[in-house]
Amino acid sequence: MEKYDGGGGAVRPDDPWYDVSASGWGAPAGTEARPEAAEVPPQAVAPGGEDEGASAAEIYREVRAGAAFQEVRGRYRRFVVPACALFLTWYLAYVVAATTAPTLMARPVFGPVNVALLAGLGQFASTFVLTWAYARHARLRRDRLALDLRWETQQLTRGARG
Amino acid sequence: MSGDHQTLALVLFSLFVALTLAITAWAGRRRRGTTEEFYTGGRLFSPMENGFAIAGDYMSAASFLGISGLIALYGYDGVLYAVGFLVAWLVVLFLVAELVRNCGRFTLADVLAARMRERPVRIAAGTSSITVSVLYLVAQMVGAGTLVSLLLGGESRAAQTWTVVGVGALMVVYVSLGGMRATTWIQIVKSVLLMGGTITLTVLVLLRFSGDFGQLLTTAAARSGHGLDFLAPGLRYGGDWTARLDFISLGLALVLGTAGLPHILSRFYTVPTARAARRSTVWAIGLIGGFYLMTIVLGFGAAALLGSGAVRSANAAGNTAVPLLALDLGGGAGSTGGTVLFAVVAAVAFATILAVVAGITLASSASVAHDLYASLRREGARRFGEVTVARLAAAGIGVLAIGLSLLARDLNVAFLVGLAFAVAASANLPVLLYTLFWRSFTTRGAVWSVYGGLVPAVVLVLLSPVVSGSPASLLPGLDFQLFPLENPGLVSVPLGFACGWLGTVTSREEPDEDRHAETEVRSLTGAGAV
Repeated sequence: MEKYDGGGGAVRPDDPWYDVSASGWGAPAGTEARPEAAEVPPQAVAPGGEDEGASAAEIYREVRAGAAFQEVRGRYRRFVVPACALFLTWYLAYVVAATTAPTLMARPVFGPVNVALLAGLGQFASTFVLTWAYARHARLRRDRLALDLRWETQQLTRGARG
Repeated sequence: MSGDHQTLALVLFSLFVALTLAITAWAGRRRRGTTEEFYTGGRLFSPMENGFAIAGDYMSAASFLGISGLIALYGYDGVLYAVGFLVAWLVVLFLVAELVRNCGRFTLADVLAARMRERPVRIAAGTSSITVSVLYLVAQMVGAGTLVSLLLGGESRAAQTWTVVGVGALMVVYVSLGGMRATTWIQIVKSVLLMGGTITLTVLVLLRFSGDFGQLLTTAAARSGHGLDFLAPGLRYGGDWTARLDFISLGLALVLGTAGLPHILSRFYTVPTARAARRSTVWAIGLIGGFYLMTIVLGFGAAALLGSGAVRSANAAGNTAVPLLALDLGGGAGSTGGTVLFAVVAAVAFATILAVVAGITLASSASVAHDLYASLRREGARRFGEVTVARLAAAGIGVLAIGLSLLARDLNVAFLVGLAFAVAASANLPVLLYTLFWRSFTTRGAVWSVYGGLVPAVVLVLLSPVVSGSPASLLPGLDFQLFPLENPGLVSVPLGFACGWLGTVTSREEPDEDRHAETEVRSLTGAGAV
């Protein structure tokens, strides 16, 4: 991280950090390397002597606008939103079916096992599978990027406050 | 129940109490009196330890005895409960655990205060957290009194009173002297004991049927007196449309409430990182899922081996199904095996209650000291250390819970658990999700969201058949019932979300974009997390 050591002070649009985030490291090869500086109003960048909180806030806004963070958030949401929709629908369908369609649920499948028992065990199974899938997705697709971002951001905020 | 059961059960109770007190003394000896130590035990628990502790916080005696008893009496409808309690963990895992670990320090209100004006959101979230905790606490303590007198065969009111007082005193001692470190280890020990006891009983039940689950189900259906209806939903919740809507309402509260329970949220702060919080949730889901699968086997096993009639005649709510099953599996009344297994189950149930109440007391003392006291303290008033306030708050909550439990001990308090989940789902979850995911959310939205869920949930219960207007009500002589359902979740959860939205769109203040950026970056990366 030696490239931050020389800088100190407030973050400027020409800070080397911009190169890092704009290069889209960790992002798919096709990600466009947009200069985030364009999204930050120039007057919002704290000149020297302004209060330190503002520059820390500025850093968080810049990190949020950066490609790396957008990628982490995108990956998180692209997993969590469909997965939540899926299991909540499946659970509500199960509860509503159990209370309003008992004859359907009582239909025997084999031996003493009926639709209701299979659906109940299915709820257990889907919970275990989704838990495993989420943990795996987070470990392989998010943890590395998030850790790098955490490190970068903390380096920057330390510089801004100090 | 013979004297042997009681003596052995009492010996095991005492052993467990001695062990937990030893843990408390050990944890208290190394305390440094900091808030970090008191509320989080130093944040250095491993994911596996925390996973066991989460499971210990969550698996109450109501699950262990209540759900299997419900299955033994009503068959499949008890399974619906178990499913709701488990699926709820996906909400925690996907939306809450990691983000809350990254954004907060000790309580739910910390997460809100990261974006909103601190004072109003702390007061709101602190109030709703304490409401949830006290409801849950009273349910557990009244249950403890009833349970111990059932298990020990003593029907005397004195035994019940002293159990409630004793449980309350113990939880205050654990929390105020040992803080989170003692509470966590007590929960880990309890989890291991509970899982061990449940696994043993499940294996014994399956051995009786030579591992043939189909045979177990057929026998259970035959001996339940309901035939194949026993294996399908409808015996308990299949009455009129009010009963069915009531169950849907309860199901909604269960699945959304877990993620808003303050004592569950505070567990995520005991591990060092969001990744560890995720891994502890995965451990907890494995343990809790396995546990509920086994309670299903035990419930059907009790119906098959004892018959639903025998279970009902021992206790109308079915709470003694598992202890009676243990007696039967060990070789029947009078045998050594039966005596030992019965006493072990009784002791495990008691350990379960103690650990759960300790976790809730700790979380509510954090809400009092960290949220309410810090916000309401007058400027210039004498300052007490926050940990001192938290210790005193634990004692105060203990006294309050003992008092309420003694008042409520003759009442049927089963609805309180459902109500605690409904309040958590209506008041705590909407504001938490809006804060984490909605860019335009404002302080007014947050405050409206909390009170907009909390007040309707409580008022609807006061106007429900639980309180008045039916023979089973708390006040059977009066009738001011206006709301037909026993569980308010179906109405109050949407209201909590709607009020949060309404408060936000009508507020004049602009959402704080800087702090939203900080919250969002912190929640997903952990930058700046303590």
